[in-house]
Amino acid sequence: MSLSPEIVEPVQATDPVPVERGVVGRSPGQLAWRRLRRDRTAVISGCTLLVLVLVALAAPLIEALYGVGPHDEFKHLLTRRGSIPLGYAGGVSADHWFGIEPGTGRDIFIRMVYGLRTSLFIALASALVTAAIGVTAGIVAGYLGGWVDAVISWITDFALALPFLIFALAVMRPVELRFYGPREEVPTWFRVAVLIAIFAAFGWTSTARLVRGQVISLREREFVEAARASGAGLGHILFRQLLPNLWAPILVSFSLAVPAYVTGEAALSFLGIGIVDPTPDFGAMIFRSIAYLQTDPAYVFFPGVTIFALVLAFNLFGDALRDALDPKSSR
Amino acid sequence: MSLLAVEGLTKHFPARGGVVRAVDGLDFAVRAGETLGLVGESGCGKTTTGRMLVRLLEPTSGRIIFEDRDITHVGRRAMRPLRQDLQIIFQDPYASLNPRHTVGRIVAMPLTVNGIRPPGGVKKRVQELLELVGLNPEHYNRYPHEFSGGQRQRVGIARALALRPKLIVADEPVSALDVSIQAQVINLLRQLQRDLGLAFVFIAHDLAVVRHFCQRVAVMYLGRIVEIGERAEIYERPRHPYTRALLSAIPDVAKLGESQGRIRLSGDVPTPMNPPSGCRFRTRCWKAQDICAKEEPPLAAGVACHFPEGSQELSPEGSQELSPEGGKLS
Amino acid sequence: MIRFLIKRLLSVSLTLFAVSVVSFLMFFALPKDPVAGMCPKNCNAERLERVRQELGLRDPKVEQYAAYMKGIFVGRDLGSAQGGKCEAPCLGYSYVNSEAVTDTLGRVLPVTLSIVIPAAILWLLLGVGLGMLSALRRGTLLDRLAIGFSLTGASMQLYFVGALLLLIFTYQLKLVPVPHYTSILDNPLDWASGLVLAWMALAFLFSAIYARLARAQMLETLSEDFVRTARAKGLAKRTVYGRHALRAAITPLVTIAGLDVGAALGGTVITETTFGIQGLGRTAVYAVRGGDLPMIMATVLIAAVFVVVANFVVDLLYAAIDPRVRLS
Repeated sequence: MSLSPEIVEPVQATDPVPVERGVVGRSPGQLAWRRLRRDRTAVISGCTLLVLVLVALAAPLIEALYGVGPHDEFKHLLTRRGSIPLGYAGGVSADHWFGIEPGTGRDIFIRMVYGLRTSLFIALASALVTAAIGVTAGIVAGYLGGWVDAVISWITDFALALPFLIFALAVMRPVELRFYGPREEVPTWFRVAVLIAIFAAFGWTSTARLVRGQVISLREREFVEAARASGAGLGHILFRQLLPNLWAPILVSFSLAVPAYVTGEAALSFLGIGIVDPTPDFGAMIFRSIAYLQTDPAYVFFPGVTIFALVLAFNLFGDALRDALDPKSSR
Repeated sequence: MSLLAVEGLTKHFPARGGVVRAVDGLDFAVRAGETLGLVGESGCGKTTTGRMLVRLLEPTSGRIIFEDRDITHVGRRAMRPLRQDLQIIFQDPYASLNPRHTVGRIVAMPLTVNGIRPPGGVKKRVQELLELVGLNPEHYNRYPHEFSGGQRQRVGIARALALRPKLIVADEPVSALDVSIQAQVINLLRQLQRDLGLAFVFIAHDLAVVRHFCQRVAVMYLGRIVEIGERAEIYERPRHPYTRALLSAIPDVAKLGESQGRIRLSGDVPTPMNPPSGCRFRTRCWKAQDICAKEEPPLAAGVACHFPEGSQELSPEGSQELSPEGGKLS
Repeated sequence: MIRFLIKRLLSVSLTLFAVSVVSFLMFFALPKDPVAGMCPKNCNAERLERVRQELGLRDPKVEQYAAYMKGIFVGRDLGSAQGGKCEAPCLGYSYVNSEAVTDTLGRVLPVTLSIVIPAAILWLLLGVGLGMLSALRRGTLLDRLAIGFSLTGASMQLYFVGALLLLIFTYQLKLVPVPHYTSILDNPLDWASGLVLAWMALAFLFSAIYARLARAQMLETLSEDFVRTARAKGLAKRTVYGRHALRAAITPLVTIAGLDVGAALGGTVITETTFGIQGLGRTAVYAVRGGDLPMIMATVLIAAVFVVVANFVVDLLYAAIDPRVRLS
């Protein structure tokens, strides 16, 4: 879990290194990669994530092989009264690996495969947008300082004062009302886009804070002055000189933002505000399952456990990544 | 004709409760191919001066003239061609190289930034430069953390040479290095200076390092030049009391006899936010008289002192003004 | 201290003002037709038009905002379609509930407080205790278990935990009744048994986060010089850890606890929805689903006020404990 003591820090070599060893040097990034590969937790959680991402990407292929689609209904497998799946554990069978949904009779396994897709797409896209905005704002605020910094810092503090979930919950409906009438059907792509926008609007501030702090400590370094002394412009200094030194905090905050967004998206959908029912989604599935807790307890398990595994794997991987990129920090 | 001249160069930093007069009216000139040493204690404004010369800092007032052109307030774009002639070497070889760039990329940076394509390609030019500073050109793809302090400083020198400058400001280029490495780097700079005909402004905090490298020396105290002159003049016939004190801090200086020993200055350097009236050195000077507090001595004939020492030896009299355990000169 | 207080008060007011402006714009300027969202069902065109008139939606946005703020501080007349006179903390009229927003809030706020306050006490005690213990027993089985616990908690979904608790304790073991709310003044026992699952769910998740923070904080404090000095001076382990280290480690935790009020409020939204308890959170969710804009706006404002005030209190506490804070 924690940083193993035998990992020595090879970066701070002050004495002349055996330069004759080879011609190509190892970049700090390559060194971090080596440390990451030696970390068992990182390897296991990384592989889990890889499998889950592959499943999400290959959803249509899996559908074809599995032979059941996410919207196919198997009403004949439900009880006539109460629409509860027949058989054990929510109707688990060779045809329906994780059973079928009570009420609608849809296959749980294929809906989860597609749900994974929804969840990962929203989380990754939000994390990317967040990182892009946060990094730009952080670099600009940190390097320029002055009133630009004051404004950006005030916005970050302000965003921190807003209760995220409640605000996200509340803003969804007004945004829909902007573009659609109160009785119109809101398409799924629009909901996805709004979710991503909300996450980005709230999430960029923490990345910006982190990056800003790093930039402030970097901007006085002499290599920045060296670039200026050679006539480098602002763009070169920000993105060629400073950005390469920010990859570590950016990667770490990115990798920890993804599980936070997975959780956030599922929570909003659970509240019936994010992704709504016909579209496969973990949060929406669990929301439906609460009503069947007494009659079909198996229904809540599959999406609940999967989302737990997904978030856990991301969290473990993020922690391992932080350790690998910054060997001095310990938990 | 001088390559670079400064007139009344001043830099004031705003600070809480006033301004810091880091540099307060400097006049000096550097001829082409000449090396000028800029010496003084830490905080005397020498680094600020160096930063202003290469336009990393904007002067508060005064003029910087490079090749008969006033470059004091030239914008970034107009400055570009001049950047090629004016380069800087930094003090800290660990902070001055971007840890995420290969050595090749670091040395090539001035070329890429200015869009220069040397004949034979950037890589060939960079490898020539690495060879020139005594590094293995094969180490093009290595990262700074794989080099020692001395090797890193060589990389910094190679970067400064990339644009074939006419003048290099060297800001304490060896003070962060081990003593054994210092000599190597100084020798490299001397050799480069001779081979390439470069002019140098060499900033240092003691006179020992400068002695073997500079043809002329300027001594700074609290943002002003107190004495400037040819190397032989400064080292053999120092005229400002401060220069004498600095020289006496060098162990084993033949000219100062055993009997005199070391001049210890009492007290601390006054704050540049509120420098003493008149002569700035008077609070620590054993020769100070009333006039020193009233009138600031102008820099005349290379020395700014009301009572400059002639060629005759003058020993510090009135030893009661010198406290033995007073502020040592580092 | 006075200067610090004034400075903080000013910044708090500024933040609250900004929150009110942002939410006002969001709810009354963003939608194409705010009124259509407000009364989705039994509204004919004539009534809609009257509501628009009475809400002053034709007025400039600044005037609308001023009227809204005036309602909060001195009350205002909303017109007959909205129940007439609206008393001092007036947050508008909810068409979905057919009553003033403040009336609804007065009913649901005690519910939410009944969930959050006991849960917060529980998770702070549990989390900080566990974290400190695991830091002091670093590397032992207990420490490993605590790390496992906090990792699990940090990755669990609140509603999933809630569903599991409900399944086990209510439906399988039948130990606790179906979650519900009774006022503590009416029947304290029923109050507790109706909310205990909600407390457990919240406390499990949040104590996991706090255990992690407390452990890291304590480890950092233990490695500091003054702790080592105290040990070297020959002070007993108990005294050093109990008096010096604990106090030093708990201060930053207080700060985080203050910042977390927002997260806790978000937590109650999910908890209330999971257990079907009608508190502030569930009311907000219903309001959002029904497009009840005045209600949504009010809950957002209240939540923001909670967060900002909590931060302010923490700042004051912190400044009282640590004089250095006042200087920066």
